[in-house]
Amino acid sequence: MAGYIVRRLLQAIPVLLGTTFLIYYMVFAMPGDPIVALFGDKTPPPQVLDQLRERYHLDQPFIVQYLIFLGNIFRGDLGTSFSGQPVSEILATTFPVTLRLAVIAVFFEMVFGISVGLISGLRKGGIFDASALVVSLILISLPIFVVAFVAQYIFGIQLGWFRTTVGPGAPTQDLILPALVLATISFAQIVRLTRASVIDTDTQDFVRTAASKGLSRTRIVPVHILRNSLIPVVTYLAVDFGVLMVGATVTEGIFNVPGVGRTLYQAIIRGEGPTVVSFVTVMVLIYLVVNLLVDLLYAVLDPRIRYAK
Amino acid sequence: MPSNITRPDQQHYVAPLEETPLVAIDKVKTDGKPSNLWIDAWNDVRKRPMFWISSVLIVLVVVVALFPGLFTQVAPNNDCQLSNSNAGPADGHPLGFTKQGCDIYSRIIHGTSTSLSVGIIVTVLVFVLGIVFGAFAGFYGGWIDSVLSRLGDIFFSIPYILAAVVIMSVFSQYANVWVISLAIGIFAWPATARVLRAEILRVKNADFVMAATALGVSRFRILVRHVLPNSIAPVIVITTISLAAAIVAEATLSFLGVGLPSSTMSWGNDISAAQTDLRTAPQVLILPSIALSITVLSFIMLGEVIRDALDPKARAQR
Repeated sequence: MAGYIVRRLLQAIPVLLGTTFLIYYMVFAMPGDPIVALFGDKTPPPQVLDQLRERYHLDQPFIVQYLIFLGNIFRGDLGTSFSGQPVSEILATTFPVTLRLAVIAVFFEMVFGISVGLISGLRKGGIFDASALVVSLILISLPIFVVAFVAQYIFGIQLGWFRTTVGPGAPTQDLILPALVLATISFAQIVRLTRASVIDTDTQDFVRTAASKGLSRTRIVPVHILRNSLIPVVTYLAVDFGVLMVGATVTEGIFNVPGVGRTLYQAIIRGEGPTVVSFVTVMVLIYLVVNLLVDLLYAVLDPRIRYAK
Repeated sequence: MPSNITRPDQQHYVAPLEETPLVAIDKVKTDGKPSNLWIDAWNDVRKRPMFWISSVLIVLVVVVALFPGLFTQVAPNNDCQLSNSNAGPADGHPLGFTKQGCDIYSRIIHGTSTSLSVGIIVTVLVFVLGIVFGAFAGFYGGWIDSVLSRLGDIFFSIPYILAAVVIMSVFSQYANVWVISLAIGIFAWPATARVLRAEILRVKNADFVMAATALGVSRFRILVRHVLPNSIAPVIVITTISLAAAIVAEATLSFLGVGLPSSTMSWGNDISAAQTDLRTAPQVLILPSIALSITVLSFIMLGEVIRDALDPKARAQR
């Protein structure tokens, strides 16, 4: 197990270096002089420009700039946003909101996805199965912003069940609608995984044994079938958690959820290139760390992983 | 006991051998039609209504994209009257008007080619990159595999929509269909490469590969002529689905305002422009969304049908 962890951590290093390098290179390739852009329409004296260049290490070659950037990241200095606020400070206030949103979304995914998948798998080929397939295909086909607007229009404006945008402090009841919208992204995938896994488990010997012992179906289904079908689903949910944290940009923007995604969304809308880049860097780092944790969790749950080469 | 078999000196009964002539056993069945994975898949696919529904829709979308003039005579950009802002259907304008008073139906028809072009360009890019990286990594193994797979990991670790956001905000002044397709495709290929690599690892030790090696066929030729054609099936499935994903990605980028310039006719742009009037004129937002969703749905349904046909396990679970 320790060997596996070390191997997996070592594998993560080149990926981490590679992703940050790639993102940083894209900023470096950005056309236009960022220092001149800082002054807008005004033309500052050349000495000022040179001093600013020196302060931001823009007079150094690319590779030196990259190493400075990397060093800053490891010291927790993620740069400053356009408004002058440190990115790490913005993260401290927005991250908990995104985390809460992701937790609620994963909860909805679990409740709806697993129950629909379970019924579909048990009644394979029936009407419920067929309609669940159609609904999930339609949900995959709808881009997230369309789902968000339709939900906002129907549940927020027409029915008035939820507030259309999240209020100050992001109270949990306001997060329900955006979380439901987020949950539709992976709903279909979870239904499919659960269904396939349930069908697979249903034909196992231990299920037949349980039935021949005279156990009722109401006991076999939750205890013998469902529990054994959930391993792939749980791992998927864990990976998905990382995707949700990162992918909430559009949803948070539309529902005005004061999270990491909305900050990125607004930076994109306003065209604040450097802020976009530092947030994307942070999100990719979060995504990488979550994936790493999931892989380790997977190895704990499933011994075959850690013994395989 | 049948006496005619037992000889007088024989103590045990020996069952008569009903001998089957060897020729009959070894005879290859030739009366049925020849079959392979693709013929089986086609026989399976054509029985499914979902295949025909999605094919008809895709053909329709392609025809609309190629010949928008067949479907509408109204100019999507010119004849806009501000007095028609967000107005409902009128004579000759079946779906009503946008905020700028442009004909919604005409804009949807003319926006089709944008979405489809991005989808096709991204798919070709992902297909080519995925095959090159996946095939070399899986077939040659060793350090080539390590280098290519780590490189794939790097691109895989950046969610492609975020990467495209960064690329498009860097190159915003060059935004057009080609640039946006490149921005999406350059980060979307690792999934295809991984699928192909896994499949090639499975196929490359098969008997027919050994046979080809024994016959002195070169490694590269074995890869191209024998291994690739036998491991391409899962790539076809993921490619069909990636076409749908690319169309969604373009719409999302345009929606975020880092996609195509607003002068380009695009469903994403129209949806983005209509969001401020969601309360008063929801149809302006909903109608292009429906066009977008139907297009995406038809490709996803096709991918689904092909997956079921090519994957025996999925077929058994149906």
